[in-house]
Amino acid sequence: MAAAETHNTGGIGKDVAIYVLLLILAGIQFVIAYQNITASQMFVRMLSVAIIEGGLALLFFMHLSENRGLMWFVAIFTVAVLLGLQYGWTDSYRLLEGVRWSH
Amino acid sequence: MSQADLSIHGQVSRTGATEIMTAPTFSVPAKKMAMWLFIIADTATFAGCLVAYGFIRNSTPDWPRPFHSITNVAIMTFILLTSSLTMLIGVRSAQKENKAGAFRWMMITAVLGIVFAVLHIREWLGMIGEGATLFHNPWGTPLFGSAFFSITGLHLLHVTGGVIALIAVAIRYRGGRYGADDLEVTGLYWHFVDLVWMFVVPLMYLMNLSH
Repeated sequence: MAAAETHNTGGIGKDVAIYVLLLILAGIQFVIAYQNITASQMFVRMLSVAIIEGGLALLFFMHLSENRGLMWFVAIFTVAVLLGLQYGWTDSYRLLEGVRWSH
Repeated sequence: MSQADLSIHGQVSRTGATEIMTAPTFSVPAKKMAMWLFIIADTATFAGCLVAYGFIRNSTPDWPRPFHSITNVAIMTFILLTSSLTMLIGVRSAQKENKAGAFRWMMITAVLGIVFAVLHIREWLGMIGEGATLFHNPWGTPLFGSAFFSITGLHLLHVTGGVIALIAVAIRYRGGRYGADDLEVTGLYWHFVDLVWMFVVPLMYLMNLSH
């Protein structure tokens, strides 16, 4: 396979920069955990940070930014799966709040 | 058009089709593409588990928050993120044909993975010691134990598999049977394991932190 397919864009300096950024973002998640906010607010904030972290890892650690076609393929599939998985929330609320979503 | 022309056109057509069929998808080599397809499928698995956990947690009013300290999970996160960096350095060393360096960084990555797994198991044993199991939870709904041990267990399984793969690939790379591209494919898997942890930590640990 492509020994020629090397990823020299940015070099180790960029890798370290992304690593430090990921550590900072992970630290922000831990700070959010101690904030005096509601569970839903906490969920939204933590998930937002996690999505940024995941995006950075995908784009730079896994070099997805260097292949636009593959990037769109992965993105479209992942979003489609995640949207498809949301079907259960109505049932989840019905179990919690009774008949609200049952009609 | 003569029979000879048809034959030539047919041959050109077949050759063209063959070339299209053998062209790498998204210009990605076959081994790497196979790993991407596995990662996409595994993403669906973890997403399914985490969303199902969300449904359960949302519909359970007395969901427990048993974690008192974030020290252990913070150390585990630091180790796993660092292992991604060492993996990158290993792959870059291999691409520069620095065989000894690549092997060393791969083994460092594997050791970090082992440390992560040991910390994870130690945490599990602590929770089991407090009475939490897959089907029992001393703090309330037994669904907590099921969700926690299933999701973190699935991740731990991936880490364990990754460590074995890292060691096997590194040894074969040193022996000349594998090349830099094989290290890169293994690296993709390892980064994916790291990526999943970025979602497991906030959802399984930090959201269940007692204040």
